[in-house]
Amino acid sequence: MDFLNYFGEVFSLWSFLILLGGTIIGLILGATPGLSPTMAVALAIPFTFQMDAVNGLILLGALYTSTVAGGAVSAILLKIPGAPANIATTLDGNAMAKKGEGKKALQLSFLASLVGGVLGVLLLIFATPVLAKWTLAFKSSESFWIAIVGITIIGTLGSKSVVKGLLAGCIGMWIGTIGFDDIQGAQRFIFHPSLSGGVHIIPALIGLFAIPQIIDMFLKGRSRDDMEVIKVAPHPITKAVKEVARRTRALGIGTAVGSIIGIIPGVGGQIAGLVAYDQSRNFSAEREKFGTGHSEGIIAAESANNAMVGPSLVPLLTLSIPGSPTAAVLLGGLIINGIFPGPGIFKTDPHVVWPFINSMLIGQILMCIFGLLIAGWAAQIARVPRHVMAPMVLALAVFGSYSVQLSMDHVYIMLIIGAGMFVLERYGFSAAPLVLGLILGPIAEEHFVTGAAIAQAQDGIIPFFFTGTLNLCLIAIVVASITYSVWMEIRNRKVRG
Amino acid sequence: MKKLLASAALALMALTGTAQADGHGNYPDRPMMLMVSYGAGGATDFQARIVTMTAGNEDALGMPIAIINKPGAGGRVGWNWFATQAEADGYTMGAYNIPHFIAQSIKGGVEYSADSFEPIANWGADPAVFVVAADSDMNSMADVVEFAKANPGKLTFSGAGLFVGHHIAALQIEKAAGVKMAYIPNKKGGAGAMKAVISGEVMAGVNNLSDAFRAQEAGTVKILGVADLERNAFLPDVPTMMEQGLDVDNSSVNFRGVMVPKGTPKAIIDKLAATVPTMFENSRVQGKMKAGGSPMHIMTRDEVLAMWAAREETLKELLAGL
Repeated sequence: MDFLNYFGEVFSLWSFLILLGGTIIGLILGATPGLSPTMAVALAIPFTFQMDAVNGLILLGALYTSTVAGGAVSAILLKIPGAPANIATTLDGNAMAKKGEGKKALQLSFLASLVGGVLGVLLLIFATPVLAKWTLAFKSSESFWIAIVGITIIGTLGSKSVVKGLLAGCIGMWIGTIGFDDIQGAQRFIFHPSLSGGVHIIPALIGLFAIPQIIDMFLKGRSRDDMEVIKVAPHPITKAVKEVARRTRALGIGTAVGSIIGIIPGVGGQIAGLVAYDQSRNFSAEREKFGTGHSEGIIAAESANNAMVGPSLVPLLTLSIPGSPTAAVLLGGLIINGIFPGPGIFKTDPHVVWPFINSMLIGQILMCIFGLLIAGWAAQIARVPRHVMAPMVLALAVFGSYSVQLSMDHVYIMLIIGAGMFVLERYGFSAAPLVLGLILGPIAEEHFVTGAAIAQAQDGIIPFFFTGTLNLCLIAIVVASITYSVWMEIRNRKVRG
Repeated sequence: MKKLLASAALALMALTGTAQADGHGNYPDRPMMLMVSYGAGGATDFQARIVTMTAGNEDALGMPIAIINKPGAGGRVGWNWFATQAEADGYTMGAYNIPHFIAQSIKGGVEYSADSFEPIANWGADPAVFVVAADSDMNSMADVVEFAKANPGKLTFSGAGLFVGHHIAALQIEKAAGVKMAYIPNKKGGAGAMKAVISGEVMAGVNNLSDAFRAQEAGTVKILGVADLERNAFLPDVPTMMEQGLDVDNSSVNFRGVMVPKGTPKAIIDKLAATVPTMFENSRVQGKMKAGGSPMHIMTRDEVLAMWAAREETLKELLAGL
């Protein structure tokens, strides 16, 4: 209960103002496509030089939590995930916003973020010593199987046909192989120097999700068919609270999946939302409503990606191993401020670590309040007519891709990938499985190659990947997941007859 | 008429020429950037942010320096960009990592070599160290060599990638001891390689002195040897490789510093070479670097030029067999 003694620091005037400012700025940055949590935290590090360690870390913590939640805003309203964490939110969130219920979607997303986020931080506060041991249990073979578990949901994610889902996943995995391979020293599919570093995930995300929509909006132009939203339905907060409270299953699955995935270093929050979305659909009584603007889809995805934030700091704080790209930047921020993470950090630097963690707890609440306040106002974006919307979204897409590394190369890559996705969508493919392949392909490859190299020096590849309780459990999940999607496909075919 | 035009053009060129020379006198008159070819939060990135934080002071450059990250392919993306696209006007600087970029240019497939860049000054030197998990049976480099001799190719040890300082140290250790071990490069860099040691996935590892020092303080690893010519102030009790009978010099030490593209005006290079080392000596910079556990090693342009040339020679020899 040590942490209770350190709330005072968070509520001192300066610290609280920094926390409030960080949360609001984080929400806005998160809502801008292309400005990922990782970048927001990196941008803030120079500012922390001018502050004492506690305030500096409060700022970084507030930015981390609120940018993850803010990413849902553009995912819902523009169908552009602000960061990989928000991909799953586009599936039902944007469908709901298109029906004129954008306000409801935003409210559900912020409330679910609050629940997931607070539980995640509580887990960090109370279970860190236990979780730290868990982190070390995930070696190359376990991490490889985790990535494969994620890949098995490709078939059923976001598209009607399993075959098309798998094909899209393969295209994503192929894009993931582009670039200079550090482990083998090989150059793969580098047709142009700008591809030597591979395809960065942020421009790819923007291209895959934004460009097909933009082309579509330009094609439809000012035509009257397929009318746009005229009015955003009012949705009182009490109704949203009741809705979230009713969906305990989605909330529970989202929080659990997010917390577990958050602890595993490397896999991080990028896929927490997608896996939680898929699992809560599998266990839902209203399975067929997913993808049409169903509240469970939003709640599962958003509770998962915020639940990930707290546990992803466990390996960072106790072992100095960052669990996600954003945590890697946070590690730099800690070290600059003279805080060296390690098993003893809660004893050596309690006056810094506890205010940092507490500020994330308070930050979640501030983020939710502020988010709910702007929800109704932000949802009006859905009313902007197509011919005004299209150029604005295009400008945002170009800005977001450029800002990743201040490089036009990323803008061209974004446009080319987007144009390709537009063609694929015409043939019934969807972006979600493709992007999952793009994220998980390289993770699976990395751990397989590393594992294989270690295995060759020891007893060989088969015993390395196929022994150990955790490996066998993960393999069982892979088999179950594949069997389930094959069974669903057969059943669907029979129904379609 | 033609003659008139030509002389007018000449006059104009002369004018702009002098204007430029004057411009160098005012240099720098606008903010500058420093390209870092590794991601935000990595050691090179945060050290670059610390050593440039006083650039705006009147006794330094008088203009702030912004850090721009261009990570990818082990630094190749950023250095390719710096060699081919960065403007040689003195406002675009880059951070170098030795031996990384020289080793990469020797292996090929990149658009730069040591001749593409002009060094300005060096700020840090992070030697590679040999680590094992805290509960390992091995307590000295002699134990490591003994095990590797008894089990050829079976001793797995991690490092941050191929053709980086860790890999160079690994090659030198194998060569000096006359043993074959299994070097396992890690895609997540030093942090990932360290995790592999702590979790027991590999038996040993080569890692940065600064990160290993923190891990040893935290009680997760033991440091068996330093790949440098002298013992390090952070680790006075850890012997060098040479002291333990392994002929490993300082070729793998990760030197970090500032450079500009080839073709940058001489006057600007001279001005930077005179100012930047004093900027690194600022007491606030020194304090932050010390707090962050990052060893500083300030070198002037001439010293860096000599160091680059020496590295190029040893690395060519070492990598020839690969």
